[in-house]
Amino acid sequence: MATTSLKQLCEMPDLLSGGHAACPGCAGPVAIRQILLAAQQDDTYVVASISTGCMEVSTTVYPNSAWRIPLFHSAFENSAATISGAETAYRSLKKQGKIDKKIAFIAFGGDGGTYDIGLQSLSGALERGHNFTYVCYDNEAYMNTGIQRSGSTPKGAFTTTAPAGKVEPGKRQRKKNLTAIVAAHDIPYVAQASPHRARDLMNKVQKAVATEGACFINVLSPCPRGWRYAPDQTFQIAKLAADTCVWPLYEIEDGKLTINYKPREKKPMLDWLKSQGRFRHLFTPQNEHLVEEIQQDVDREWQRLLTLEAMGKETAQ
Amino acid sequence: MAELLKKGQMKPGAVAEAGSMARLNTGTWRTYCPVSDLEKCNHCMICWLMCPESAVQVEDGKKVGTNLQYCKGCGICATECPVDAIEMKLESEMSEDEKKG
Ligand code: SF4
Ligand code: SF4
Repeated sequence: MATTSLKQLCEMPDLLSGGHAACPGCAGPVAIRQILLAAQQDDTYVVASISTGCMEVSTTVYPNSAWRIPLFHSAFENSAATISGAETAYRSLKKQGKIDKKIAFIAFGGDGGTYDIGLQSLSGALERGHNFTYVCYDNEAYMNTGIQRSGSTPKGAFTTTAPAGKVEPGKRQRKKNLTAIVAAHDIPYVAQASPHRARDLMNKVQKAVATEGACFINVLSPCPRGWRYAPDQTFQIAKLAADTCVWPLYEIEDGKLTINYKPREKKPMLDWLKSQGRFRHLFTPQNEHLVEEIQQDVDREWQRLLTLEAMGKETAQ
Repeated sequence: MAELLKKGQMKPGAVAEAGSMARLNTGTWRTYCPVSDLEKCNHCMICWLMCPESAVQVEDGKKVGTNLQYCKGCGICATECPVDAIEMKLESEMSEDEKKG
């Protein structure tokens, strides 16, 4: 991968076609294209499943599909269970000598299908240790049904079910730390990535695909409609997420954590909150304390990651 | 299950042709149209990698244009281009010739 230039990537088959119905400026299709480009290399075929969600409804509008690979959609909660079945069937067929292709199994889910509805099927598949990679594209709410809060929606964000007004300050609860929950399954590879750093995301996909066992990548997927910013800003927003450390890019290989991007200067959360309309109501005297709390939460998680990284280095010595 | 299918009580899942959405036209969604200055372009392929619609056309490692059947006019390519080779223009004020850029 490291040796593949962008020009070489352009020559490869695009496994997600245009003509899909994602909103203009959606990061989701970009992430999926990058992931499929990375995974299909070296004669590896990709078979995927996808849970109900933005990317499923927009790329598989009946009777069409934008995917140029075998893709299963069954329901909201079972992308991981579906891929478990496919991977098990593949192993059996291989044993019987009926198939010899190399296949990478990838399960896709949005944050609704991963943080909330599909969490138990994901946990089961991780624990059973199927040889697959789960990719969550995290746009921090149930966006395709019109911006309802999910377990991934951050504190203070407006959604239609966590409205902001005179009494309510948007979502009151913190965002669930799913990557940490997944890491607690002690699987061989866990990562957080973002499509604005395509090389990093694609390296992570290749590592996951090459790793025997269950792997997980949580990919930030900025959403112009739900986050309330102009559609051309999608990757500027993604970059800001990494620069404010609200979305740290890191990976955990066999328990050893590495932070893949450390901003030279960690930007204040105010920059992040002010970049998106979903946080607009936070800048009133009444909600000021929330901005402080949000900054503290981000600082605490960043410190936790730095500590874990340092611990990993110590034990290696 | 085969019994239920026969009796018509259970419908089999739908199977769609792979890549068949490529037939559709999402270009009608566009308000602004990207116009690329291919003289200025250094063919870094960043716009190709960042376009959500697979709309950036490449031939022999060089950018040659934009596929207006797919382009939704989001403006990501123009924002991400490192040499400012892409300009977003209000499509209703453009001539057919201009759109070819
Ligand atoms: S405006 Fe958006 S959809 Fe059109 S080519 Fe540029 S990035 Fe692609
Ligand atoms: S991003 Fe700009 S310089 Fe790079 S290929 Fe596209 S138009 Fe050319």
